[in-house]
Amino acid sequence: MPIKSYLAHPKKGEKQALINALSELNGCEVIPATNQDVVVLVTETLDDASDVILKEKIEHINSLKLLALVSGFNTPQN
Amino acid sequence: MYNSISSRRNFIKKMAQLSAMTAAAAMFPGIIFASEQEEGIPNSANLDWKKGPCRFCGVGCGILVGTENGKAVAVKGDPNCSVNKGLLCVKGYHQTMCIQSKDRLTHALVKKNGRYVKTPLNEALDIVADKMKSTIEAHGKDAVAMYTSGQSTIPEGYVASKLMKGAIGTNNLECNARLCMASAVAGFLTTFGADEPMGCYEDIDHADYFITWGNNMAEMHPVLFSRMLEQKTNRGAKIIDFATRTSRSSTASDKSILFEPQTDLAVANAICYEIINNGWVNKSFVEKHCNFSKGLTNMGYGTEDKYSFKDKPEKIDFEAFKTFLNDYTPEKVAKYSKVSAKDIKYLASIYGDPNKKVVSYWCMGVNQHTRGTWMNNLIYNMHLLTGKISQPGNGPFSLTGQPSACGTAREVGTFTHKLPKGVVMNEKHRRLAAKIWKVPYERIPSKPTYHTTEMFRAVDRGDIKFIWTQVTNPLVSLPKTSRYRPAMEKDSCFVVVSDVFPTPTSDVADVILPASWHIEKGGLYGNSERRTQHWDKMVEGPGETTPDAWMTIEVAKRMGYGDLFPYSEENHVEEIYNEYRQFHEGAKHGMAPLEVLKKESGVIWPYVDGKSTQWRFNAKYDPACKEGSDFDFYGKPDGKAVIWQRPYEPAAEAPDAEYPFWLNTGRVIEHWHTGSMTRRIPVLHKAMPEAYIEFHPDDAKALGIRDNENVKVSSRRGSCVLPASINKRGLPTRGQVFVPFFDENMMINDVTLDAFCPISKEPDFKKCAVKVEKA
Repeated sequence: MPIKSYLAHPKKGEKQALINALSELNGCEVIPATNQDVVVLVTETLDDASDVILKEKIEHINSLKLLALVSGFNTPQN
Repeated sequence: MYNSISSRRNFIKKMAQLSAMTAAAAMFPGIIFASEQEEGIPNSANLDWKKGPCRFCGVGCGILVGTENGKAVAVKGDPNCSVNKGLLCVKGYHQTMCIQSKDRLTHALVKKNGRYVKTPLNEALDIVADKMKSTIEAHGKDAVAMYTSGQSTIPEGYVASKLMKGAIGTNNLECNARLCMASAVAGFLTTFGADEPMGCYEDIDHADYFITWGNNMAEMHPVLFSRMLEQKTNRGAKIIDFATRTSRSSTASDKSILFEPQTDLAVANAICYEIINNGWVNKSFVEKHCNFSKGLTNMGYGTEDKYSFKDKPEKIDFEAFKTFLNDYTPEKVAKYSKVSAKDIKYLASIYGDPNKKVVSYWCMGVNQHTRGTWMNNLIYNMHLLTGKISQPGNGPFSLTGQPSACGTAREVGTFTHKLPKGVVMNEKHRRLAAKIWKVPYERIPSKPTYHTTEMFRAVDRGDIKFIWTQVTNPLVSLPKTSRYRPAMEKDSCFVVVSDVFPTPTSDVADVILPASWHIEKGGLYGNSERRTQHWDKMVEGPGETTPDAWMTIEVAKRMGYGDLFPYSEENHVEEIYNEYRQFHEGAKHGMAPLEVLKKESGVIWPYVDGKSTQWRFNAKYDPACKEGSDFDFYGKPDGKAVIWQRPYEPAAEAPDAEYPFWLNTGRVIEHWHTGSMTRRIPVLHKAMPEAYIEFHPDDAKALGIRDNENVKVSSRRGSCVLPASINKRGLPTRGQVFVPFFDENMMINDVTLDAFCPISKEPDFKKCAVKVEKA
């Protein structure tokens, strides 16, 4: 069960739109910075295939300028 | 382990999240994630939120602790606290997670035949009192000592002072704030005659320039730094970082200026030279409100036992001061400071521009300095010469490291020379203490005994035969622990350690007392901006854990001083505060009544007629100023502040052929001081699991050292092995290495030097000579 964290950088002036779009996706947990234009994104999916699909969905969000992977873990299913 | 991360997956999610936040902090120093505070709160929780100050640094952020079924389950920033306005740093959010650490000290432990034996607390306190008493009977009252903390609460510091100075009659009381704030205190007293900053954090909202002197605020005071960044973004305020190492603060600043260690003294003088040479002196302010003085020079560095020094101030005039500064032209100073004359002139132009408001911030870089008092004086010189002081957005601001370095160590006075009001050397101050404490005046000795370094030297020499430490971990935090660890292990001294967790200091104790943690007791702290902060007990502690104040009172009673400690276990915090408050009555230091502190998220003193004084010494804001004055530095008899002539002098030890590198030590954002709490918070420990030694890449290349490779760093005192860190968090200048001191498994203070400022007696942890080699 992959757990990954990213820094998601919004396009200029579109931080809230990015937060909203990410929040709507299953498996995404969003922690926006209070005083900078960057969002911490933690994803949790069932398997590698779901992880790839989720990442594709995230990369298609219009308000996203850059998605940078920070860490990745794989844990056994409960 | 903490409830909200009880499962492995949740823990891994938390780790993933923290990794991303750490990465973000590297890219955006001062970044804050306020919503993270809500993340740990259980969905269905019916939480009772209780207010208090954060346990960690001297910023004094207000926190709200969510409790459920008697347990602390969440922490968030208090939106009603003007200090942090709801924000917290990564340590702040996670602070309560250490409480349930598996190795928590829950019961007293007494060493018997070389092994620790679980002992009922009452029995352990009997042993402590008997030992203290018998030591006094056999060797005199100056054979016993207490060593407390800038993290002790106000009541804890107060009863320690009353026991040692009022009841026993010895000045053998010191605290770890000697290691961080003593130079600030000596600077305030010599320049203004009154301790603690004249301004407040609201200065951040008004200043045009922030000049940080050897101060990595992005990691050490992150919430304040985020407030500065907000002003940078919103108003175009500028941040200038003046330091010996490129840090996260440097990269977030508008300009980073690097200097050779110890030459800050010369650069500060060069700035004053420029201010005068360019006609930027605020003449009317200086004439009305300042005197000029000089003191002794070539004072030495205190590296020998029983070193003593007393300054001899001598008044001088403006012309003499101006002549003295001729040795500090920017061009001359540039040659040895490695700061260009252009940059010195640039800094001077900021202080000298009458239309720009400037706040100077500093902390350990200036204070932990063999000429720390001088450096504090020199920063005041710049503000006094230009009249930029005691006004919103204009002023020098000495930041504190610990949550109650001001409230307890400095205001209650847990230094050898201090009393809750004033100093032991002053008869009037001793008489006031004797009156409030209801003890014979003659019992309070008029002579200070041991400052911190000398106290542990006295343990080593066998002069101190009993020492009780509270809320501090000196065998990791003292300089030159290579001497003081064996000293504390000697049979000649009986060691009592009160703490929440086992530490290298409790490892050498004869008795270990189980202390309550922060929110398991009520208390009061005092932060950097003179703000007194109260909290009530929020949760029960485990086992026989007990507040340090109450353990001190119990020992005092057992020693026969019960009549001086008539407090009740349930209300001792309130009773002690009300007694203590009498010391500070009046417009210059009046403290808010407890009922006000219970309502507010901290209140700044002087508290006069129901109102805080935000800017002292300025008649517009400070009712203690003389009628008809505009500024009144009333700490001095004539109401005038002192501009001090203080020269550049070299460090106690500088690199040479055998030891060619400067060693600088310090902290990291993830850990609080010696790590005894934060290394027990899993996410913080995982984020920064061990110490390291930072190199400039050129030095690493010349030595053939690769990143993460183990390196042995050695001085004339000792050595330590750490992994190399190259081009990661910080970047020392060439010829310098940096090591954080939080890791008890990599004891960098075995390597440091116990040289100190002869006036303040604060050691210099920032400069000594070392060699490095592959381990």
